Amino acid sequence: MHDFLQQLVNGLSVGAVYALIALGYTMVYGVLRLINFAHGDVYMVGAVIAYELAVKMAGLNSPVWVALPIIFLGAMVGCGALGFTIEFLCYRPLRHRPRLVSLITAIGVSLLLENLFQNRRVFGATPRVLPQLLAIRPVLSMAVGSAKSPVVVTNLDLISMGLCIALMLGLSWFVLKTKMGLALRAVSFRVDTASLMGINTNRVISMTFVLGSALAAVAGVVDAMRYQVDPLMGLIPGIKAFVAAVLGGIGSIPGALLGGFLMGLVETFLKGYLPPQYNNYSNAAAFVVLILILLIRPSGLLGKTTVEKV
Amino acid sequence: MRWMAFWTTIVLLCLSGCKKQQGESNEIVIGEYGSLSGSNAVFGQGTHNGIALAVDQVNAAGGLLGKPVRLVTEDDEGNQDEAVSVVKKLIDRDNVVGVLGEVASTRSLAGGSVCEQAGVPMISPSSTNPDVTKDRKYVFRVCFTDDFQGSVGAQFALKKGWKRVAVFSSSNSDYSKKLSFFFKQTFTAAGGQIVAEETYSDGDKEFKAQLTRMQSKNPDAVYLPGYYTEIDLILRQARNLGFTVPFFGGDGWDGCTLDSNSEGCCFTNHYSPEDQRPSVQEFIAAYKAKYGAVPDAFGITGYDAARVMFDAIKRAGSADRNAVRDAIEQTKDFPGAGGSITIDANHNAKKPIVILEIHDGKTHLADTIQPN
Repeated sequence: MHDFLQQLVNGLSVGAVYALIALGYTMVYGVLRLINFAHGDVYMVGAVIAYELAVKMAGLNSPVWVALPIIFLGAMVGCGALGFTIEFLCYRPLRHRPRLVSLITAIGVSLLLENLFQNRRVFGATPRVLPQLLAIRPVLSMAVGSAKSPVVVTNLDLISMGLCIALMLGLSWFVLKTKMGLALRAVSFRVDTASLMGINTNRVISMTFVLGSALAAVAGVVDAMRYQVDPLMGLIPGIKAFVAAVLGGIGSIPGALLGGFLMGLVETFLKGYLPPQYNNYSNAAAFVVLILILLIRPSGLLGKTTVEKV
Repeated sequence: MRWMAFWTTIVLLCLSGCKKQQGESNEIVIGEYGSLSGSNAVFGQGTHNGIALAVDQVNAAGGLLGKPVRLVTEDDEGNQDEAVSVVKKLIDRDNVVGVLGEVASTRSLAGGSVCEQAGVPMISPSSTNPDVTKDRKYVFRVCFTDDFQGSVGAQFALKKGWKRVAVFSSSNSDYSKKLSFFFKQTFTAAGGQIVAEETYSDGDKEFKAQLTRMQSKNPDAVYLPGYYTEIDLILRQARNLGFTVPFFGGDGWDGCTLDSNSEGCCFTNHYSPEDQRPSVQEFIAAYKAKYGAVPDAFGITGYDAARVMFDAIKRAGSADRNAVRDAIEQTKDFPGAGGSITIDANHNAKKPIVILEIHDGKTHLADTIQPN
């Protein structure tokens, strides 16, 4: 029982980050039908900004409750600006070209960011550890049954899960209750018609990129505090979050959340319950589970099945 | 027209690829490849500092065979494929006499196969996997191997009273696989019990799933043969889970963060700065004078590897690669800074091992074990 509960906490904590990144994939896909492969690298840039800010903050000896919000906001603003720039420079000029062109451009942007940050003058290939602003410590520990060690939830686990759920709720409110959210839904329904209705589609699309990138930045900051920062850190989480978005039903915001948490749980439980010699296959096994789910529900768990009208 | 352009390009490529015919060069060029950046940057930088110090000293003393030594250093970024291509570059472009490198066994195996094919002598300063030099004519090392290191680790654990040990090794590192194999061999033969075996991959960042499972088996300690980048993360996550038993491992620990997470942990290594032998203290003084810091184990092994190479060139009396190779093979009782170096029939050096314990943010020399 102890193992099960601890693995549940481990899985949810990892899944929260996948969910935050998956939200960006799903939103961009919703409005543009574009898989933004550079999204994982936006998450990496968020972590890099967190590192640079944390070093500054540690130098100023600022207390945690000042430093932490500044780091989160700084990374969100920085990544939002990056997302806007990427869309403006790389995708907007190609919007009326075949979709494949944008897709390949996305891969190009991804490679550009990775290699740019590997440059020594920008960041360098060596992983760096954030100065410890927030001491990661257990906030909840419950003794379970006869197990010698209690089930532990750390403050960072709580921050990642709490932020993820809060941001998802905020996003849902924004999409469902505000005028801008209405415009976003209209654009995702049909771009041309939305523009005929007087919606500034360019602005809506830019805003989608800014929002998605800011969410990825939050994920980046959490992982920067939890792990280390390096220019290729966005590769694997990017792929996993993309799969999470597809699993939840790409284009669906609650779907991204569900897919992200599910992805984290499946991965952790496979690592925790497969015989140890198969540990290496846990990533592969996670993807097999996803393929099985998609075979049964091709449009994802919460995705809408749309009938193409001829 | 298009075909002409195509063939012109091919011909130009061939011409530029041709090796410059090198006559008598007026310097001795030595190549070095290492992970100067990337996730094992500590390894490459420490080694490079040691090698550069040796080069400075030999040039200050008038060079080799009356010529100055020039060191060409290539960064493989801790990447196996990159290691292959930079070693090729050192051989083809710089026409080096010999190659020094790598620390990580996986990359020494990769670079070693290039040197073996090209017939260029290579000395690895600190790769401990036995396969690095096995059946290789041109590849040598100036450190002990994992069979020795693993058995010392096992005996040390038993001496500490750790009877039930979990093993956590990396499944894509040649170093980690071999070291855990030899550890388990000695440990179980001497009556210890392996209560859990878990694996991770180099480059992983999340280890809590495996740690949770190991924790529930209540081991006395965890044997963790890995590299410092992952070790830092593993220790931090273990302590967050309330998994407080000591972890211990091999020389890949050199470079890990010495803090409250690693308190009470220990590892086997090539050298300790507390070693009072004059050769070690002289080296530390010279290193400090140049870099202003106390060297790590990779500094001293890099320094010794370079000096064994220089000694061989001197004894060979020429910069001919085969003559140098033969001379390295005949190295006997060379006074290295880390101990006397004799290259044995398997191209390995027999050197003492030290056991370091981490206390109060510092490593302390716990024991020195002589090779048998």
